[in-house]
Amino acid sequence: MKLQWLKWWHVALAIAFVLAFLSPLASGSPDGLERVAEDKGFIEKASEPPFKVIADYVFPGIHNEALATILAGIVGTIAIFAVVYAVAWLLRRRQATKSQ
Amino acid sequence: MHIPDGFLNAPTIAVTAAVSAACVGGAVAVVNKKLGEKQVPLMGVTAAFIFAAQMLNFPIAGGTSGHFLGAVFAAVLLGPWAASIIMTSVLLLQCFIFQDGGITALGANVLNMGIIAPFAGYYLYRGISGLMGGSRNGVLVGSFVGAWISVFLAASACAAELWASGSSPLKVAFPAMAGWHAVIGVVEGLVTAGALSLVLATRRDLVQLQKA
Repeated sequence: MKLQWLKWWHVALAIAFVLAFLSPLASGSPDGLERVAEDKGFIEKASEPPFKVIADYVFPGIHNEALATILAGIVGTIAIFAVVYAVAWLLRRRQATKSQ
Repeated sequence: MHIPDGFLNAPTIAVTAAVSAACVGGAVAVVNKKLGEKQVPLMGVTAAFIFAAQMLNFPIAGGTSGHFLGAVFAAVLLGPWAASIIMTSVLLLQCFIFQDGGITALGANVLNMGIIAPFAGYYLYRGISGLMGGSRNGVLVGSFVGAWISVFLAASACAAELWASGSSPLKVAFPAMAGWHAVIGVVEGLVTAGALSLVLATRRDLVQLQKA
């Protein structure tokens, strides 16, 4: 049963990685909010972020944009999995210690 | 619909940040009590799936794109409180690492996509799937409608924040935001129901965890 479970979430994580590999195919058109801001004349109110890490899902220093986007997607997918797994594990662990 | 820096004024930033902080604090307390062992990896993979899927903007019409939100997908699998934590984590990462959504707009973005979207969508889903007897079709129809309303209401809340900030009058911002996102929400509903039908076909027990 446990092995079966491990298999399930490994497959689910693999699906997320496949999506990250598809990320260069994403539409570059403005999203709903950007479109409204352009149409209604308040897009220029948007200010630049104070710092940039992997701005706009393009990994810095890589000339091939598709590759830079895929790398950004992979890094983000690993990072969010690790962060949320850790948060959930901590919440679960605190709960276990409290109930003892 | 990640709001960048500059669109919101100070009072709106303060109020949305305070409301979001209180709700996320509540979510941490509830999840701390309820989280099951199997849900730890499920929370991680659900967040990974949502992050990756959010990168895939799809064209809708007239040179505009939309992307998957995932709030109701997470809420059906893990409940609205855990979904709030997942969405907030995704938004924090997008804000600080990918510069998607402004730091000053974080409270508003969490409120729209991490609180309003999962809670409103989840309770509508529960209502519809309950009326349909908790059958497979009930889960699929309920999650489609719940996912649609989650995007629609998040966009409406965004319009209200733009109005409160003096960026755009409500009678301009609301129809425009609600209009585009009514279309984007249909894709949200289809992807949510499609992904859940895959989960139902392979690990039905994951969807039922929340019914107990």
